[in-house]
Amino acid sequence: MKILKNLLKSPMFIIGAGLFFGTLLIALIGPIVYNMTMDRVGAQYAAPGGGYLLGLDDLGRDYVSLLLSGLRSSLYVGFLAGIIATTIGTLIGIYGGFRGGLVDDLLNMMTNLFVVIPQLVILILISASLQEGRSLTLIGVIIGLTGWTWSARAVRAQASALKSKDHISLAKLNGDNTLRVLLVHILPYIFSYVFMVFIIQVASGILSESAISMIGLGPLDTVSLGTILNQAKNTGALGDGVWWAFMPATATITVIVFALYLLNTSMDGVFNPRLRK
Amino acid sequence: MLKQYPTLRFILMRGGWYFITFLVAVTINFYLPRLGKHNPVDIIMGKSGSGMSTEDARIKEEMYLQEFGLVKVSGSGATREIVRDSEGKPVRTTGFEQFVTYIGMCLKGDLGTSFQKYPKKVVDVIKEAVPWTLALQIPTIICGWIVGNVLGAMAAYRRGIFDKVFFPFALGLSAFPFFVFGMLLVYFFAVGFHWFPAMGGYANNVIPSFSFEFFSSAAHHYVLPFFSIFLILAGGQAIGMRSMGIYELGTDYIKYAKWLGLKESKVLAYLFRNAMLPQITGLALSLGVMIGGALITEMIFSYPGLGMAMLTAIQNNDYPMIQGVTLIITTSVLIANFTVDVLIGFLDPRVKAGLQIGKGN
Repeated sequence: MKILKNLLKSPMFIIGAGLFFGTLLIALIGPIVYNMTMDRVGAQYAAPGGGYLLGLDDLGRDYVSLLLSGLRSSLYVGFLAGIIATTIGTLIGIYGGFRGGLVDDLLNMMTNLFVVIPQLVILILISASLQEGRSLTLIGVIIGLTGWTWSARAVRAQASALKSKDHISLAKLNGDNTLRVLLVHILPYIFSYVFMVFIIQVASGILSESAISMIGLGPLDTVSLGTILNQAKNTGALGDGVWWAFMPATATITVIVFALYLLNTSMDGVFNPRLRK
Repeated sequence: MLKQYPTLRFILMRGGWYFITFLVAVTINFYLPRLGKHNPVDIIMGKSGSGMSTEDARIKEEMYLQEFGLVKVSGSGATREIVRDSEGKPVRTTGFEQFVTYIGMCLKGDLGTSFQKYPKKVVDVIKEAVPWTLALQIPTIICGWIVGNVLGAMAAYRRGIFDKVFFPFALGLSAFPFFVFGMLLVYFFAVGFHWFPAMGGYANNVIPSFSFEFFSSAAHHYVLPFFSIFLILAGGQAIGMRSMGIYELGTDYIKYAKWLGLKESKVLAYLFRNAMLPQITGLALSLGVMIGGALITEMIFSYPGLGMAMLTAIQNNDYPMIQGVTLIITTSVLIANFTVDVLIGFLDPRVKAGLQIGKGN
């Protein structure tokens, strides 16, 4: 409660949370309030106006509908990838950091190995080989499976710092098994940290999806913010100055990621007393 | 044996480590594209094979199969021949045999043949693209790192109004996906104001050569891609340096330096030096993301570098080309990381003192 109180004192947190929950709300109730359609409703790249607030795309589809659908896709991918990456990273990090020894060395080696191989490269290789059946869910899963490395490193550092604390030794003396120590005595201490890792993972999941979709390897089953941008680039909308083809999608991605960064930074300020003024 | 030279020992160990990583990366690079289980030759034949007689198609298919190492071959040079089974059909190679061939070819610097630009070699396409990418990315990453860190340290030190304006601005910058920022710059400064060209590495009517005309055209095309990568990088680095700096400001040595009444620039220099090391380590970790982002930025600007080569390859299902480019990217990220590690070996007093870093933290 005190933490929440402190968080609410931070303007950064309020702006970040406001922006984030605002976009979440739009994604959730948008399709109910707004009459979404994926059909051709007018001319190619018709300018905004005439009942279509953000104009039409190159197939004459309504951009507001596309954006709502894209926003939902991006949030879905972000959360899916974020949950997978954070779970794997936290498990590997806590276990390795706490146990130490050979298991830690092996896990650490694996982490250090995959941390330097660029995620984008792996994403491109997998996505390019999956010509059919490249769904939004699959992309989210792949991003999650390839993005856990740095969170494992970060969590490991935290867990290994906790390892030699008195309350852990007491719990061990008390005969608690490893699982119990990890869940009851370590996880609560680093929970705030893991949560911050999760926020960044969601943001980077959204960015990864938009990047991979932007270069034409995006989901084939739905519209995402990245596929909107890909279409805008492929049809030359950028060079023709058709701002409504990419500006709203651009702004949406940036606002979500910015909101998540704000949340993360403000939490860092509250959880990490050293950063407090 | 190397006890007297801890820096050298550190560098050698890191080098060995990167070599292992490289082997893993090559393996991944080989096996991942084969997840889809489609045969590259079917793709080319699907494109170019229509309208050919069955016999012509068969000969062509066998030529491709041999070219891409999908069938067993006996002999070498002019006597190369496809190994056939009793029915006269070519004997297919196994995945592992292909892998061994692939490694052998990679070691010889041969990355195969492009589908799309057949019979052009992948290596030749990459050779044309690499100078552009290097010329764009190395200065951008270095400048972004330096400027971001100096500004971040200043924000941490001064706080106040400078920080209040600067910090949200930097945070906003770093929230932009690389390519999205590139799009905005193109829209405003190329399409809107016509200050800079929107795409390409040089003007269409200029021939790449050592002439003033070419270099001025290239420089004019350089501005927008440079800034779209540079600003985001600098923003991200500034944020990291700022929190590092705030932490360092609370330490005793800075308080002491201030009590001694040292000049502000002197204190800032101390602060910078100590907060810099974690930032260099951070640079090593984020190089992959930076280079990946910068490559996508190249695609936005149709810059004639590796990013564009990759994009064209993806659009044409040119697997050897995709694989070649990803291998080059991974290799350069590893080399760049190793360079940063060497730098750490010379800068970090803990390495110089022969202490193991990264252990027991």
